[in-house]
Amino acid sequence: MDLRTSYLGLELKNPLVPSASPLSRSLDAARRLEDAGAAALVMYSVFEEEMQHDHMVMDEYLHNQSLGHAEATSFLPLHGDMPSKQERYLEQLQRLKQSLDIPVVASLNGITPGGWIDYGTALQQAGADALELNVYYVAGDTEVSGAEVEQRYVDLLTELRRHVSLPIAMKLSPQFSSVANMVRRLEQAGANGVSLFNRFYQPDIDIDSLRVAPQLHLSTSAESLLAMRWIAILHGHVKLTLAATGGVHTPADAVKMLLAGADVVHLCSALLLHGPQRLTQILRGMEQWLEESPYESVEQLKGVLSQRHTGNASAYARANYLQLLDSYLPAAGI
Amino acid sequence: MHRMVTIDGNEAAATIAHLTNEVIAIYPITPASPMGEHADEWSAQGRKNLWGTVPSVIEMQSEGGAAGALHGALQAGALCTTFTASQGLLLMIPNMYKIAGELTPMVLHVAARSLAAQALSIFCDHSDVMATRGTGFAMLCANSVQEAMDMALIAQAATLEARVPILHFFDGFRTSHEVAKIEAIDRSVVRAMISDELVQAHRARALNPEHPVLRGSSQNPDVYFQGRESVNGWYQQMPVIVQNVMNRFAAHTGRQYHLFDYVGAADAERVIVLMGSGAEAAHETVDHLLARGEKVGLLKVRLYRPFDPTALLAALPASVQRIAVLDRTKEPGADGEPLYKDVLAAVAQSYASGQSRFTTLPRIVGGRYGLSSKEFTLGMIKAVFDELQKELPRNGFTIGIRDDVTRTSLDWDAGFRTDAARAVNCALFYGLGSDGTVSANKNTIKIIGEATDLHAQGYFVYDSKKSGAITVSHLRFGKQPIRSSYLIGDDEAQFIGCHQTVFLERYDMLDKAAPNAVFLLNTSAAPNEAWNTLPRRMQQQIIDKNIRFYVIDAYQVAQDAGMQRRINTIMQTCHFAISGLLPRDAAIAAIKQAVEKTYGKKGAKIVELNFKAIDAALANLHEVTIPGKVTSLFERPPVVAANAPEFVQKVTAAMMAGRGDDLPVSAISADGTWPTATTRWEKSNIALEIPVWDENLCIACGKCPFVCPHSVIRSKLFDPAQAAGAPPTFKHMPLKGKEFPAGAHIVYQVAPEDCTGCGLCVDICPVKDKEHPGRRAINMAPQPPLREQERANWEFFLSLPEFDRREVRPSVMKSAMLLQPLFEFSGACSGCGETPYLRLASQLFGDRMLVANATGCSSIYGGNLPTTPWAQDAQGRGPAWNNSLFEDNAEFGLGMRVAIDKQREYAVELLKALAAHIGEELVTALLNAAQDDEAGIHEQRERVAALHQRLQQIDRPDARQLAAVADSLVKKSVWIVGGDGWAYDIGFGGLDHVLASGRDVNILVLDTEVYSNTGGQTSKATPRGAVAKFSAGGKPTAKKDLAMIAMAYGDVYVAQVAYGAKDVQTLKAFMEAESWPGVSIIIAYSPCTAWGTDMIQNHAMQDRAVRSGHWPLFRYDPRRAAQQENPLQLDSKEPSIAYREFVSQETRFNMLWRSHPEAAEQFLGQAQKHALSNFQHYRQLAELSYAKPDDIKTDKAKE
Repeated sequence: MDLRTSYLGLELKNPLVPSASPLSRSLDAARRLEDAGAAALVMYSVFEEEMQHDHMVMDEYLHNQSLGHAEATSFLPLHGDMPSKQERYLEQLQRLKQSLDIPVVASLNGITPGGWIDYGTALQQAGADALELNVYYVAGDTEVSGAEVEQRYVDLLTELRRHVSLPIAMKLSPQFSSVANMVRRLEQAGANGVSLFNRFYQPDIDIDSLRVAPQLHLSTSAESLLAMRWIAILHGHVKLTLAATGGVHTPADAVKMLLAGADVVHLCSALLLHGPQRLTQILRGMEQWLEESPYESVEQLKGVLSQRHTGNASAYARANYLQLLDSYLPAAGI
Repeated sequence: MHRMVTIDGNEAAATIAHLTNEVIAIYPITPASPMGEHADEWSAQGRKNLWGTVPSVIEMQSEGGAAGALHGALQAGALCTTFTASQGLLLMIPNMYKIAGELTPMVLHVAARSLAAQALSIFCDHSDVMATRGTGFAMLCANSVQEAMDMALIAQAATLEARVPILHFFDGFRTSHEVAKIEAIDRSVVRAMISDELVQAHRARALNPEHPVLRGSSQNPDVYFQGRESVNGWYQQMPVIVQNVMNRFAAHTGRQYHLFDYVGAADAERVIVLMGSGAEAAHETVDHLLARGEKVGLLKVRLYRPFDPTALLAALPASVQRIAVLDRTKEPGADGEPLYKDVLAAVAQSYASGQSRFTTLPRIVGGRYGLSSKEFTLGMIKAVFDELQKELPRNGFTIGIRDDVTRTSLDWDAGFRTDAARAVNCALFYGLGSDGTVSANKNTIKIIGEATDLHAQGYFVYDSKKSGAITVSHLRFGKQPIRSSYLIGDDEAQFIGCHQTVFLERYDMLDKAAPNAVFLLNTSAAPNEAWNTLPRRMQQQIIDKNIRFYVIDAYQVAQDAGMQRRINTIMQTCHFAISGLLPRDAAIAAIKQAVEKTYGKKGAKIVELNFKAIDAALANLHEVTIPGKVTSLFERPPVVAANAPEFVQKVTAAMMAGRGDDLPVSAISADGTWPTATTRWEKSNIALEIPVWDENLCIACGKCPFVCPHSVIRSKLFDPAQAAGAPPTFKHMPLKGKEFPAGAHIVYQVAPEDCTGCGLCVDICPVKDKEHPGRRAINMAPQPPLREQERANWEFFLSLPEFDRREVRPSVMKSAMLLQPLFEFSGACSGCGETPYLRLASQLFGDRMLVANATGCSSIYGGNLPTTPWAQDAQGRGPAWNNSLFEDNAEFGLGMRVAIDKQREYAVELLKALAAHIGEELVTALLNAAQDDEAGIHEQRERVAALHQRLQQIDRPDARQLAAVADSLVKKSVWIVGGDGWAYDIGFGGLDHVLASGRDVNILVLDTEVYSNTGGQTSKATPRGAVAKFSAGGKPTAKKDLAMIAMAYGDVYVAQVAYGAKDVQTLKAFMEAESWPGVSIIIAYSPCTAWGTDMIQNHAMQDRAVRSGHWPLFRYDPRRAAQQENPLQLDSKEPSIAYREFVSQETRFNMLWRSHPEAAEQFLGQAQKHALSNFQHYRQLAELSYAKPDDIKTDKAKE
């Protein structure tokens, strides 16, 4: 049984790749993920805002040191050795590279073109095997058209591409008018892969305090179907590699993604909820399924049930919607 | 090639101390704190000492504790040192006797500072050092920054050899804080100077159970005396040892020192003897006079103890006829100060023994100079030489003041200058403490020091305010070493930079300008309009002195460059561009290099912004064409209003204008007594924006006056008919409510010239304009256009009568806030988290309040001259205030209580004895008065007034006695106020004793969780994981639970409050605490600028502290236990936010995630756990039943 897959040009021992999460902040947790069978690791994201905020914070620290009065020429001890967020990220990347055998993907998260993106160069120099560019953009401006939003993605990618020769994966949200076209454009602009989909954390309202309170809800298996559909649609139509992300909690979830055409399957909520050992369980489950299936390798499995291969275009398109809606039976009494 | 460095005296001394020691026990005190801070920081960074190990630095709870720890560490064989000054040195004295008595080598570094007598002073003189003469420590004096480094090493080497501990001292501020370019001592030199054999000998003498000995025995009349005399040999040989060390030092460095260094004519007739930084100015003067053929000289005393008269006499030329010995200390009642007496005795003894080397017996006089950093200038030194020329020079003179009472003072020529002084380039900068002027100037000195062969000196003068404090930077550059240990004087500065336009109306800056000087002004006025923004006198000076006038709108440049309001680099750039100290291009390159060095790769963005600002500064710097005649329409306004009291006009105003040096002795009270209520005369006008009240939205909740740290928002309730003559813009609104008179109006008025613009009133306002959600019932608006209008409104507001205290319901916020604050306009930082508590206490109890105030921030903004915030009501009543010391405040306040109680007891006895004469009815009423509310107190005051009247008619001695103590019959409220440094650390022993005393005192702990006043050092109140000085890696231990300790006594009222989180709870706590007739303690959460977070976050920080469980709110009222209720009431809900959310938003915590992220996470985990378990613990305590324990049978309990 052969679980190998290739992703962004990297040869992976299996398709399970933990996605960006706080787990990669700790060397110990990262080692446990590797031991659990992770084939590669996407590091936690370094945010554009963090990098900019970092300057302001450092400026604030330094400024504080220049205030005072006769008895106190300053207030807080400021060490010469106070690395920035970026430096820390690079250090962590280097540490992960040193202590892990699996590939490490660095993750950049930002939405505006400009200085922060050349940080990709430093990530490349620090030994990242690939980069993930996460454009977490909430298109809330009524004056900005869909085309402009899409162009922003392409521009960011183009700019990053200028700085690095590493493979780049774009992590996308599902909120495009034409996801398939968007992926195609990104491929043309130099992306080596896409991760589908980025989850937007939705703000919530606390009706007691009348405040808007951000809430973190971890994903559920149900959410994985959105990515599955688009992977199934894209498989075979684009050359870049496809990563499924969001809502993979069980071996079945993972197998479905591969069948739809994913090259790798990202795990996050499942690992945060149950720890690195969940990865082993999913891997074992996949192996078991494969053993009982007619397939011998992941490569064989990939895209078997994609839109292209099923020959049934409607399964992933509009007709499916009608069927489903009609088939829904309300519970008794409703 | 010698390595030159640009550092201050503290760093110079600390460098050697850290390099040559292994245990460093520290405690913060101005101006020595930076030495401890350096040592701590270096150790935290892993800097190793000579022997390759990182010295252990331990902060103690007081200087007494530091000395004790040192004594122990020395006895256990370590190389030890500490740093201190003033009161701190006094606290070390007992251990100094022990350490010297046991012949233990160590060096104690002292930044000499005045002692608190009639007043505290943080500035320099030698009274602290002189108070240790009996301890047995040797004393070695350094006169300059260079010498602070040199003598530190000489002392270290000498003490190891001599076994006599050495107090190495230099002048506080003048040397400790002066930045100078000096020759660094190479590590190899230090290595060569310190003998490992002597170190090992020290270790061999240590206590060690492997070969035990006993020290610290108790001796009796039979042997103690002999034991005391047994050390003589060590002291006799010490001068020789020190001189040998000095000689060795000279061999390594080329700098030769002697026990006494003589400078001057070989045939000098007149000689001045002194030690300290004044010797540098004297050196400069002597050089000047020598060049003019005068037969003068100067003897610098280096080793003051053991005093070597032979060396002293040998250093003086035989030709000397007149000697003036100058002491920088005062011994009231002595017939001369110590150094004078020593010199006098040396000369007299040699004469008496027939071995005098002088041709004639010199006439020797003594004088005092420079107390509390009083300027000691060239003119003053010249005056002393001139005095020596008189036939009968005065003895016991003073120089530097005008003594019109006992006529001790010499006159001097303030305009006297030396050749050296004229050859130096002088620059002055007037800035705010908050605008970074000082740090930019320190940077400038470093740049010049490193980029050129010029010598450089920087000295920085701060005023006493914390908000809107002016800083004046005195910079000198010259080709020769700079000995000018005095400020830049009139007509001396070639460059004057004014970084804030508001100073134009406050200071005569151009008095200091030399002819053809440059004046640079930061102003928003356009170059062609700037001229007419200057007062007439200034314009005249510009014309008369041919001053070139430049302007720049630095705030605009900063804003355009994305630097917010950071103007320091911009002003620095302009200085370099105009002054010509360096070629312009080289200068700009050097500034940019310095910026890069400071911000480095960590702040590529900051560097970029700074570069942008530097370039923009040059483009926006304009020379103003001087019209050749005075055209301005105004003069600088008077310092205080014309209706200020006479004392304020004559004395306070002079101090405010920076002319306090001119005040004669007669103007100053002899016993340290000053009038209260003087801040109201000092209009700082520092707010760029002030709050504006919107009476259409206001709901009169009273929250804005409640949170105002400067008492600048006030409310009054009045009959609208009284507003008939109000200015047209005076606003007010009807106030409904059954507790208020029908038809009454309320006003919330802002004092526009006293406001600091912190914005906290707007922050707390609960009203949101439904149409404009950003708007509140109070909003910030630019001050200048409102200044005149609101000044008139404020004046009118003050003229309205105060609301009758008897009508106020103090438990209701809006009603309580009608009470007049008797603590107002303090110099505390903008947005201060402490002052609202003091203001509240002053509102509630101010007219019968005595305050014992521990040294710290609250004693500085509470009692630092020229003006003080404790105020008086219309009847002239108000808080009476005193600051004793840092360590004794609880006892100090308890003493007040005991005195009042005793006087009341005596008054009661006399009342009873005189009842027949006074009248039974009045006496009974006086004795039985219930004074538990304002009405009761009012009535008792009326009775006491009646008593005074009747007593006047009783012609008996005991009637006079009763009159003297009758005021004690009115209830007094004693408040013991201080910070956490006092309550948790240095004063805890006393505090604990007072807690146990059962006396009716109220203790207010203003808990900022660090030593705020001395610059943010760790206290035992500092929370786990917080970064503070002495805890650069985050404090590893939890905050001490002072409330729990206090509650353990059972009969102490205890409250933990945070006014920004739950204001009504704070109000209740103050009322309950004061009414409890025993000990009360309120521990008040007080956000502080030392936390590094903008104080606009003040309330939010309090809120998060409470909601995270860091600061649970509660009240423990012993009265409840008597009613079988649980005395503890928990006033805050269980933690509702993660501790991470609390810490992540405060710089003091979040900077640890950058420097030590693993430790930060670890501390966070521990702190989170503690916050939850602590809350649970308090909740459990609050839920315990206090019902009668029926289930415990009495006889069972007896078993």
